Amino acid sequence: MTAISVRGLRKSYGALEAVSGIDFEVARGEVFGLLGPNGAGKTTTVEILEGYRKRDDGEVEVLDSDPATAAGEWRERIGVVLQSSAMYETLTVTEMLRLFAGYYREPRPVDEVVELVGLEEKRGERVRRLSGGQRRRLDLGLALVGDPELIFLDEPTTGFDPRARRQAWDTIRSLRGLGKTILLTTHYLDEAEQLADRVAVLAHGRIVASGTPAELTGAVPATEIRYRQNGREIVLETDEPTRVLHELTGEALQEQRELEGLQVRRPSLEEVYLSLTEDGEE
Amino acid sequence: MRLFWHELKGELLLYTRSRELAFFTFLLPMIFFVLLGSTYGSDTVDGVKGSHFLLAGMIGYGAISIAFAGLAIVLVIRRESGILKRLRATPLPARDYVAALLSAFLAAFAVEVVGLILLGRVLFGIPVPDRLGSLALALLLGAVSFCGLGIGITALIRSAEGASAVVNAIYLPAAFLAGAFFSPRHFPSVLRAIADVLPLTYFLRLVRNIMLHGHTIWSQGTNVAVLAAWGALGVIVALRAFRWEPHEG
Repeated sequence: MTAISVRGLRKSYGALEAVSGIDFEVARGEVFGLLGPNGAGKTTTVEILEGYRKRDDGEVEVLDSDPATAAGEWRERIGVVLQSSAMYETLTVTEMLRLFAGYYREPRPVDEVVELVGLEEKRGERVRRLSGGQRRRLDLGLALVGDPELIFLDEPTTGFDPRARRQAWDTIRSLRGLGKTILLTTHYLDEAEQLADRVAVLAHGRIVASGTPAELTGAVPATEIRYRQNGREIVLETDEPTRVLHELTGEALQEQRELEGLQVRRPSLEEVYLSLTEDGEE
Repeated sequence: MRLFWHELKGELLLYTRSRELAFFTFLLPMIFFVLLGSTYGSDTVDGVKGSHFLLAGMIGYGAISIAFAGLAIVLVIRRESGILKRLRATPLPARDYVAALLSAFLAAFAVEVVGLILLGRVLFGIPVPDRLGSLALALLLGAVSFCGLGIGITALIRSAEGASAVVNAIYLPAAFLAGAFFSPRHFPSVLRAIADVLPLTYFLRLVRNIMLHGHTIWSQGTNVAVLAAWGALGVIVALRAFRWEPHEG
C-alpha cells in the first residue's frame, strides 16, 4: 500500500529550479526521511505534497489524491508540522488543542494528545510561556489532534538542545508505533538514521541516493586505510580491505618498518552524506 | 455550520484574551467619549448638543478601529506568523474561517455600540435613539464595509511590524478628518476635500442623520451607496490579493 508516490516532480521559482525531477514512494506505516542540506529542495517538495504549492511538472499522489486539487476530506487524513511553530500565544495548551480538534470530524481526544506529546504538566499554561521545545511538542500535538494517517514533519528538531531532541525522537517513534505514515525532512543525519526506515538524500533538487540508512553507508564501497610514511599521510580506499591490508602489513614486516598511525575504517553515514551533497550548501 | 460556530467561539475567546485589541479598539473610543464629552458635551455643535454629536462620532470611530484597524492588524499578524498557513492544512474551510472571524469583530462592535449608548445615557443623559432598525442596518453596513477594507488593506502590508504603523497612519487621521471627534465644518477646505472621499465621512453622515435627525436609512441613498462601494472595493482587493502565507524572510 502506497501512501505517497512522486514521479518526475519539478518546481522552479523564476530561473531557479528548486526540484529537478525526483521520484520516490513512501509505503503506508513507513517513516521516510528526506535528508539534505538547506536549499536542497526538501521544503519545496514537502509543501507540494501538503498542497501548499503547485508543481510545474510530474505526478504526485498522496493518500490516493492529487494534493493540488484535494478537498477538505483529504485534509482530515493528514497532519502537518511546518518549520515555524505559529500559534495563538494567548491561549492555553488545552485551549489551543481543543480549537484545532474542532476542525476535524473524528479528532483524537485532547487529553490523549497532551500525554502523547508529554505536555501533561503544561496543560493550563499559556502558549507564550512555553519553552522552544515545549512549543514544538505542542506543534506536533496540533498535527496529531485530527488523528491523521499521514504526518508531515518539516525539520521537527531544528534548534533543539540534545535532550529536547531525544524527547522529540521518542514521540516520533511512538507515532510510528501507532501505525502512522511519516514523512520527515531533516538536515541532521543522526535524526534520519535514528528515525527513518528509508532515506532519500536530496541535493540541488535531485535525489542523489536512497535506501535504508544501512544501505546508504553500504552504497559507498570503499574502506579507508590510512597510515604515515616518511611523515606523509597515505590514504588508500579499497573494496578489498583484507587483501590490501595483508599486503601492506606483509611488506612492512619484511622491511621491518612500522606503519605509523595505521587506521582502518568504514565511512560513517555522515561522510557518505557529505560526499553526496558536496557543494550542496548555499 | 458546525465549523463556523466552533471557530466563532474560538475567535471570541481570542478577542477577549487580547489586551491590545481590548484597549485600542474597545476602550479607547469610550475614553475619548468621556474626555471630549466633558469638554464640549454641553455646547451646541452643528445644531445639536455636543454630547449627542460626539456619541455618533465615537460609534463611527469604534467601527473603524474595530472592523478596519483591529481586523487588519490581527490578520497581518496571523498571516506573517504563519497561523493562516497552518489553518490551511486543516479541514477548516476558508469561508467558515473568514465568516467566523468577521462575526467575532462584528459582535465586538455591537458590544461597543451598546456600551457607548449606555455610557452616553448615564454620563450625558442622551436618550436611546428611536430609529433602532435603521440604526442597526446602518451600523451593520458600515461595520461590514470597514471589514472589507480591513481585509483589503492587508494586501498592502508586508510585515507584522508594519501592520500597526500602516493601519494607524490611515485610520487615526481618517477619524479626525471625517469628523469623528470634532465637527469638520470649520476645517480648511483642503481637509474637507480629502474628507469628502473617505468612507468614514459617509458613515458618520449616515449615523448622524439617523441618530440626531430622525431619518430612516431608506432616505440615505448617497451615503449608503458610497459606503457600500468602498466596502466592495476592499472585498475586490482582498479577493485578488489576499494571501495565506507569510512573506519570505
